[in-house]
Formats: sequence, structure tokens, C-alpha cells
Amino acid sequence: MPTTSRYARDVAVVAFAQSDHRRRSDELSEVEMVMPVLHQVLDRTGLKAGEIGFTCSGSSDYLAGRAFSFTMTLDGVGAWPPISESHVEMDGAWALYEAWVKIQTGEADTALVYSYGKSSPGSVRDVLTRQLDPYYLAPLWPDSVALAALQAQALIDAGETDEAGLAAIGARSRAAAGANPHAQLRGDAVAPGDYQVRPLRTGDCPPIGDGAAAVVLAAGDTARRLCARPAWITGIDHRIEAHGLGLRDLTDSPSTRIAAEHAGVFDAPVDTAELHAPFSSQEVVLRKALRLDGEGVAVNPSGGALAANPMMAAGLIRIGEAAARIHRGESDRAVAHATSGPCLQQNLVAVLEGEPA
Amino acid sequence: MTSAASPPEVLRAPLVVEFPFTRSLGPVQSAFLTGLRERVVLGVRTSDGKVMVPPVEYDPVTAEEIRDLVEVGTTGTVTTWAWNGSPRPSQPLATSFAWVLVRLDGADTAILHALDAPGPEAVRTGMRVRVRWAEERTGAITDIACFEPHDGPASEGAAPHDGRFAGAVTGIVAAARLDYTYSPGRSQTAYINALAERRTVGERCPSCHKVYVPPRGACPTCGVATTDHVEVGPAGTVTTYCIVNIKAKNLDIEVPYVYAHIALDGADLALHGRIGGIPYDQVRMGLRVEPVWTEGGRHPDHYRPTGEPDADYDAYKELI
Repeated sequence: MPTTSRYARDVAVVAFAQSDHRRRSDELSEVEMVMPVLHQVLDRTGLKAGEIGFTCSGSSDYLAGRAFSFTMTLDGVGAWPPISESHVEMDGAWALYEAWVKIQTGEADTALVYSYGKSSPGSVRDVLTRQLDPYYLAPLWPDSVALAALQAQALIDAGETDEAGLAAIGARSRAAAGANPHAQLRGDAVAPGDYQVRPLRTGDCPPIGDGAAAVVLAAGDTARRLCARPAWITGIDHRIEAHGLGLRDLTDSPSTRIAAEHAGVFDAPVDTAELHAPFSSQEVVLRKALRLDGEGVAVNPSGGALAANPMMAAGLIRIGEAAARIHRGESDRAVAHATSGPCLQQNLVAVLEGEPA
Repeated sequence: MTSAASPPEVLRAPLVVEFPFTRSLGPVQSAFLTGLRERVVLGVRTSDGKVMVPPVEYDPVTAEEIRDLVEVGTTGTVTTWAWNGSPRPSQPLATSFAWVLVRLDGADTAILHALDAPGPEAVRTGMRVRVRWAEERTGAITDIACFEPHDGPASEGAAPHDGRFAGAVTGIVAAARLDYTYSPGRSQTAYINALAERRTVGERCPSCHKVYVPPRGACPTCGVATTDHVEVGPAGTVTTYCIVNIKAKNLDIEVPYVYAHIALDGADLALHGRIGGIPYDQVRMGLRVEPVWTEGGRHPDHYRPTGEPDADYDAYKELI
């Protein structure tokens, strides 16, 4: 069990699976895209769909262009006879948080968490404007790259980075993704490129793609039974900031910092950090908030969101990637971060730990 | 739907989602947006004296209700910016422009908008700008057409304002349109293509052997992919039904009519369809029906009685 426990029950990520992330997946409906991932994650634990105590998913109707689109994917989890199920219209990291709470209450011992997004049917830059304040922002249609670019310029003006520094983050991420067979952009495939919205260039922006991910959570002895080296969630917290961008200091992320403090990130060193930073500039902000500038921390060894950013799944994948490193014995204490909303508006931070061998 | 060249190519079709959401404004947002119509920019003062523009109704720090309106200048300072070389549809300017956060004179927070400038070299953080008003103003954030560079003096600080205007706007219509290309995926493409040949094709679950129609690629009981194609029907049995008495907009069907669940022969799931060719009050559970196709139709227009004896209840009770 974890050395220190701040919660009623010890809960671990015991399995993780993700799809290959691709620019398009026209031949697959959502359930056809999700189902193989669900099978993989269940196979890894030996659990059958009907044995899962709670199921929670994350997705967005705006990506699909259809109301209640998530209900279609329930066919993939065996929702008959009826199961205990819930959904968040957010990244799957928040679905994981809900599942974790469900286990903490004692109402479930295991949970299946999955999330997915197909950005290919629409224009995701335009689609994401619909999550903005409808009175002051949405009528102007400021797209996701534009808002990230405002944050990037604020960082450059503050002397916290420059365009070369940003380009290096993109290059490092995609080079790391060379070892990740699921990533959409791998190796040296992406040059800094042209300005998308200055100061952000192509290489500073995430690929647009389709993909899915799933994890299984389990409590206590069940986790030990299902996984040789469970990734115990020793801390998890999420915080939100004001929606008005002009109310915030875009060079900082106090919500990430507070979530990290509550999750115990700063109580001991971490060796792995999986950060959900879709834009290179956001990694600068997150490194500062999470105090990750020391030696000995592998930041986004998976390649991060700059190598694959399936909407609504990329944050859950950060938790899954961090957990998988613990499962493999490559990490003992990892921090995983997920974000949602413009310019890092909402942030979730989790600490995952493996027991000493 | 356009038809695919040949399987396994999937169907694709344009899908347009438009929604003119009608949103009401509270007292603060009403005053702010009405003010824009009158070329006045209002902010709100928090309990610690900060002036927020655009105004919010609740203090983001204390969550306290704030209603202390003030008028600020129409000139201000850029706090950060981003050059948009390729404006997207519906953005404020059609030619290249800068997105800017502007702290108006007298305000402590910044407003997001567009800046009309000749190029990125003409923009910098700290530059002075002023509001360019839209010619036609309705009480919306777009009443500010954009900002433009400004060399003149700063405006006075924030001045008290009662927020009252004649003919205050109390709501906005937030129109939005998103364009998609919808693809139903492998399974439903096969179903739709078969319908074009007046055949109804379901898929069988390899685990429980149930045949699903229309198929969606997965068995909801077993959670596994359904792959084997099975032709079902054409005839089937009404398992349950309702009588519709309300005429739907844009639907050219006389009421009352019957809408039914129909278990096609060989299927383990009932699909939906309208029943015709029989008075509405004579439709019953167990009625045997068959599809009626219209010229050029991509799916059955309705189902009509076959004339066979009714099916035994036990034959379809599991499918209700």
C-alpha cells in the first residue's frame, strides 16, 4: 500500500490502453473506435465487462455534432443488463476523478474509465470556441490556437521563454514520441514550420486527430490481485480559474499549483511528469507551477499532447502513461496532469506511486 | 447521404449544426452590452476597488455579488497579443489582424478583441489603442468592431455610472454554425448501402448470436463487435406501437397515424417504423407487416399489413 494515505481507500490504476491516434478515422463510428481499447484494458486485468463496479466516460457532443453522442459508445461496454454508469462532458481525466470518488465512497471496488474524441468530422479550432463565455467571447470566434498564442506572447514578454525555447519543446516531445507506437506525430517529422497564430508555429501546436483511451481503477487488495505493480493514486485534485482571460495572469497557473499542493506533489520528488500541454508554451507554465525544472524528471516521455492530442482523451492518456511507467517499473513516483478549457483554465493533478520492489 | 463508390469505403455527408441560442442578460451584462450600443464602455468595481472590464456579476475571488457600475475609457493598452495571419470564418475582421487583450483606461482587467493593424511589426505589448465602433450596433460584444492604434492621450479614470439607458437590451441571440462531415462508420454504412438495394441487413453477435438491426457495430449485451451480416425481413411483427396525434413540423403525414416497433423476421431487436394501409385504430400487437418502398426512397416509407394471421404473443414477447 502507499506509504502515506490521505484518503479513505487506496485506489490504483491497474491497466491502461489507448488507440493509435490518427488524423482521420472515417471508417469507424465512435463505438467501433472505442471498443478495441475497452477490450484491451479489460484483458489486461482479466475482468469481464459485467464484473466492473462503475463505468465513467468523457467525451464531447460538440466534436461529434450530435446530442447525447456518448450514449452510442455504451454498446461497447455491455450496458445490458443495466450497469452503474456516468459521463462527463470533459476530458476523461475528470471521468477518472468521478470514478475515483465513487470508489472512495465504497460503492464500487473497480471502475472502467474511458474517453474518446473524433475531431476529424469538424473544424476543432472553431468547435472549441463554443466552450467559451457566450456573451463576451464566443461571438468573436477566437479559436483555440489564437488563445494559446496570446498566452505564449505573454510568456515571451515576461521573459519566461522565446520562440527558440518553444520550438525546442515541440522537437523534444516528438523525438520522445519516437518510442510511442500510438503517437500521431513521431520522431523528427515536424519542423517549427510557419506561424499559425504568431508567435505559435506549426511545431508549437498539437496535431488534430481521433483517438480513445481507457483505464481500470481498483481499490486495495483487488488492485493487487489485478496488477503486479499497481500505480497507487496517492493524491488527486482539480481546480478551476475564472473564465475571463483578461482576469487571469496567463503566465502562471495557480489552479495547477493549488491542485498539486493538495495532491501532495511537492511532498517528495517525482521521477516522471506527464503533462497535458497541447501547446509548447503551456509546458512552460506547467513546469513552473509544478516545479519541474530539477534534474531527474522525465517530462512527457510519451511525447505528450504535442505528439497526439485526441480531444477529451489526451488528459486521461497522461494519467495512463504515468501509470504504465509505474506498472513497468520505470517510475516510482509520477505526476500526471490534465487540462481543459482555454489557456489552462481547468487543471487536474494526480500523484501515482509504485511500491518498492 | 451520398453513396459510396464501393465497399468498404464508408459513407460521408455534410452535417450542419446551427443554433440561435437566445440568452438573457442579468443587470450587469445588460448595462454593459446596452452601453456598447451607446458607445459607452462600462465596468464593475469589486469590493477591493478593482475595476473589471468586461464586467462580471460575481467577484471571482470572493464570489460576492457586484453591481457597482463605472464608466471607463474607450482607449487602452495592449497587455498581450497574437498575430492572426489567416482569419477564420466569423472572426471580427476578414483581413489579417491581431488578437489582443486590452486594458482600457480606468480598468484593472483586460478585454479580448481584435486589433486592426497593418502587420505584426506594428503591434507590441504596451501599445496604445482605441475602440473602433461598429456602424450598426445592437447591444453585443461585436458592437466593438475592433480596436485600432491610437496615439492620443489617455482617457480619464473610471467614473460612476448608473447603468441606465433607454431601451436596454435584455438578451442576445448567440447564433452559431458548425460544419461537419458526418461518417456513420463501417457498420452503419453497410446497413445504409443495403437499404439502397431494398434489403435490410443486420449484424450478429458472435457471442450471444443475437441479430441487431440497425447494426451499430457492437453488441450492447456482450460489448463485442458484431461482424456477421445477416439479411432480415422483409416482413415483421408489430411488437408495440403508439398513435401519434400531433402533427410534426415539416412532416407531411396526416394525423392520427401509428408509429410502431417492428421485429423483422430473423432480427432480435425491433426497429421503428410508421404503419400505413390500415386504419390507425385497427393496428395491434402481433400484426404482421411488410415494408413499402417509394420510388427513389433510401429506406421504407412505411409498413403495411401482409394479410397473414397475427403472430403468437410468445413469438415476439422477448422483443418488446
